[in-house]
Amino acid sequence: MFLSAENMLGGYGETTILNDCSISVKKGEIAVIVGPNGAGKSTAMKAIFGMLDLRAGNIIFDGKDISDLKPQERVKSGMGFVPQTHNVFTSMTVMENLEIGGFTNQENLSKNISEVFKLFPVLEEKQKQLVGELSGGQRQQVAVGRALMTNPKLLMLDEPTAGVSPLVVKELFEKIISIARTGIAILMVEQNARQALEIADNGFVLVQGENKYTDKGSKLLSNKEVRKAFLGG
Amino acid sequence: MDFLNALALITNYILLPGFTYGSQLALGALGVTLIYAVLRFSNFAHGELMSFGAMICILFTWLGQSYGINFGVLPTALIFLPIAIGFTALYCFIIEKFVFAYYRRKKSDPIIFLIASIGVMFFTAGLIRFIIGPSDQNFNDGVRFIFNVREFKAFTGLDEGFGLKTSQAITILTTILLCSILFVFLNKTRTGKSMRAFSDNEDLALLSGIDPNKVVLLTWVIAGGLATFAGVLYGLDKIYKPFIFLQMLLPIFSAAIVGGVGNPIGAVVGGYVIALSELFVTFAYRKVLAYLLPESMEPSGMMQFLSTDYKFAVSFIILVIVLIVRPTGIFRGKTI
Repeated sequence: MFLSAENMLGGYGETTILNDCSISVKKGEIAVIVGPNGAGKSTAMKAIFGMLDLRAGNIIFDGKDISDLKPQERVKSGMGFVPQTHNVFTSMTVMENLEIGGFTNQENLSKNISEVFKLFPVLEEKQKQLVGELSGGQRQQVAVGRALMTNPKLLMLDEPTAGVSPLVVKELFEKIISIARTGIAILMVEQNARQALEIADNGFVLVQGENKYTDKGSKLLSNKEVRKAFLGG
Repeated sequence: MDFLNALALITNYILLPGFTYGSQLALGALGVTLIYAVLRFSNFAHGELMSFGAMICILFTWLGQSYGINFGVLPTALIFLPIAIGFTALYCFIIEKFVFAYYRRKKSDPIIFLIASIGVMFFTAGLIRFIIGPSDQNFNDGVRFIFNVREFKAFTGLDEGFGLKTSQAITILTTILLCSILFVFLNKTRTGKSMRAFSDNEDLALLSGIDPNKVVLLTWVIAGGLATFAGVLYGLDKIYKPFIFLQMLLPIFSAAIVGGVGNPIGAVVGGYVIALSELFVTFAYRKVLAYLLPESMEPSGMMQFLSTDYKFAVSFIILVIVLIVRPTGIFRGKTI
């Protein structure tokens, strides 16, 4: 396993949100965390990224135990994170967003920018435009592009399709697949559970901070109980 | 001819002093707006930082003059400006370390930073009184006028004229230069962009590997430098008065808010709007109108909207109007 978060236990203050929760991703694969509201999906991802203090459990990334690292240090060690909201610099241009994304990775700056433009051609057209003036879907592309600028080995996306029109969701998922094809591990939290599981190699269904079902994405989709409880039949 | 005479009068009494004072306000407001945008609080100590910078510059000017150093036709103080900027930046560094860093670690509300900055303001004002005393200091040497009213009249043959003070020319030119440098810095350089990113979205800037401590210190250095320029230029143009800087806070904050707080272009435009309105509203138009109107309609009164005593009220009025009509300022404020 490229990333394995084992037996995470923790929450905010006294409350326990994650209860013996385990998540893992392989290189070049897409793992999706789904579950009902309040199941701790985003919290699990935040814990993996170091934004939550765990009371128990380990996070092994690329063969190293990174449980004690701060989020910024995890970025340096190869994690990329796209938060659900406030994930772009709205008062700056598309180009400047990418430049800031590559702030610590100057030597590969122009190469990475052209790769992001290859992946999201619309951003190349709008490179001089302020991100605050872009549509929701384009903003999400900027957000993903910004995170890719550090050449991450694991990309974590917290509900990348929130607030994006259904037509664009499909396109965004296709882009995510092509990112995974380049050998990057992808971990995603999604509300659009059915669509997300369709593209997922592995799915983790969380309920109240616990692993309820863990299986291949396609198997979860055909699992009757999962369909009934989480996918609306 | 009459029209030119009227224009010369307006240039002499409104435009030149207005653009000079406006430049001083603009430099002050730029510092306030930068601190607001990056460090997220209104720094009430900014007026005293201007005073502090000017004071250091005056002390070094005296020292220099006692060794016979002068700058020819230009004021000697300009030679010592860089040293004054260094000291002011250092002072900012010290207050950041000993006052604001604590609240930043605690992630205090902006209002707490604001109140702390009022404390810093009083402390700095006291420190300045200790060092240089409360009285006025005139430190402007060099040539006073580039050309004066009499020379202008003789040259053009007009009945009225305007004179250009050296300090006015220096103030306006320096402001244009400084603003250009600042805008290029913020928009074109990597460090400037990192400051804007930090101002826009602090958390995301941290995730992108921007060092918050560097950004905070750099902001203080720039704000301190701008404050020193503003204080010294104001002192050269008028006189250095330790008490005046508390009063100047109002027009400076008005300028920043009118332009759109957090927006550097707004701060500059706001500075000129406030300064020119103060002068336009308090100027006595009698002589100007005498030139422009036919003789039979020549006014007998002063033709003044407001007495100059109400000068500071003008910035208040503009501030209130802007806050009611367009609360985000002329340019949309909030981030740089």
